[in-house]
Amino acid sequence: MSTETVEKAIEKKPAEPLFSKRRKKLVTDPLVDDNPVTIQVLGICSALAVTTQMKPTLVMAISVIFVIAMSNFVISLMRNTIPSRVRIIVQLAVVATLVTLVSEVLKAFAYDMYKELSVFIGLIITNCIVMGRLEAFALGNKPYDSVLDGLGSALGYSWIILTVAFFRELWGSGSVFGVPVFDYVSSIFGPDFKLATNGLMVSPVGAFIILGLIIWVQRTKTGYVEH
Amino acid sequence: MELFSLGIRSIFIDNMIFAYFLGMCSFLAVSKKVSTALGLGAAVVFVLSVTTPVNWLLNEFVLKEGALTWANASLATIDLSFLRFIMFIAIIAAMVQLVEMIVEKFAPALYGQLGIFLPLIAVNCAILGGSLFMAQRDYTFAESAVYGFGSGTGFMLAIVALAAIRERLKYSAVPNGLKGLGITMLLTGLMGIAFMSFMGIDL
Repeated sequence: MSTETVEKAIEKKPAEPLFSKRRKKLVTDPLVDDNPVTIQVLGICSALAVTTQMKPTLVMAISVIFVIAMSNFVISLMRNTIPSRVRIIVQLAVVATLVTLVSEVLKAFAYDMYKELSVFIGLIITNCIVMGRLEAFALGNKPYDSVLDGLGSALGYSWIILTVAFFRELWGSGSVFGVPVFDYVSSIFGPDFKLATNGLMVSPVGAFIILGLIIWVQRTKTGYVEH
Repeated sequence: MELFSLGIRSIFIDNMIFAYFLGMCSFLAVSKKVSTALGLGAAVVFVLSVTTPVNWLLNEFVLKEGALTWANASLATIDLSFLRFIMFIAIIAAMVQLVEMIVEKFAPALYGQLGIFLPLIAVNCAILGGSLFMAQRDYTFAESAVYGFGSGTGFMLAIVALAAIRERLKYSAVPNGLKGLGITMLLTGLMGIAFMSFMGIDL
């Protein structure tokens, strides 16, 4: 799909290089300076619940990247034909179709993961980042730019939830990607030494507190202050 | 009696915010004033209490495997459950449109205050989450109605409590980087610990 859009962009306006400064900015801005989660306060809903382990979080991140990039692309193609009164319904229909695709693929090829994520795959539909990017960007921009913009936001979201998941899994279950790190470390220091895990990290409370701290660190670094 | 305990459980123990993180966006964005939070909470309670039973009917008589048997015996093998996301979200969007029109007509002040967040209830995860949980857990019709109302009330409780705390937070010296979203996340975590005390209760 991406190669298709690339070709189109070249045909239409050969003047602008494929990875011009402006386009690079579309992808890199939402990573740190304009991060959808920590700065724009979007997409917190459906993500935090899956962050107890790294693996489901990774699957979730990939699904969200796919849905945002594709829906941005599709809506951007249709942007001149959608009457603005019914645009929300049209957007929801497109997003719901893509999410259904993701869920059916998971059901077919990774059933365990599908069971584990359960309703949270469906809840990508209501992930505010998806609708936010459609409303704010895809409705007014060309397809290729929209895909880049979607990728940027989705990646910004992905690294945040992966970071949250890393700390929650490490401190909550003592492992990373299912590898029992705490057991290895404990065994180095002898039989009497044991690193304890914290049950609070597995519970929802841990997610709130870790995300709060990440936001604190990130905003201190970028110097963003909310009034 | 079972319905009553399901209601209590969905308000306190399986709280939409503190147990499932659903509806976080509006929870964080509309919790600056108690009165606005109350308005949004009431709208969510209403939309959830209506959409969950309506979606139950849809699921039971159209989408489930063999649900179309009532129309024609030859349709008994049809399984439309993959259409669940689209159908549920369509019902929700229609219901939200209805609520929006009612609020605009009868409470224009509240309409102005809620602003963009009223239409955005349609993409509030708590609403769709309620319907998806209902379908996943095989509730009966009465249970789904109680569950919708209960989880809506739980959301309202959480958002009003957070708004009350944030109103008082204005007078405290919060570090620059923590202002706004950061301190609110930490607060939500602390409130979550308080709600965890309900977890041991077996109803």
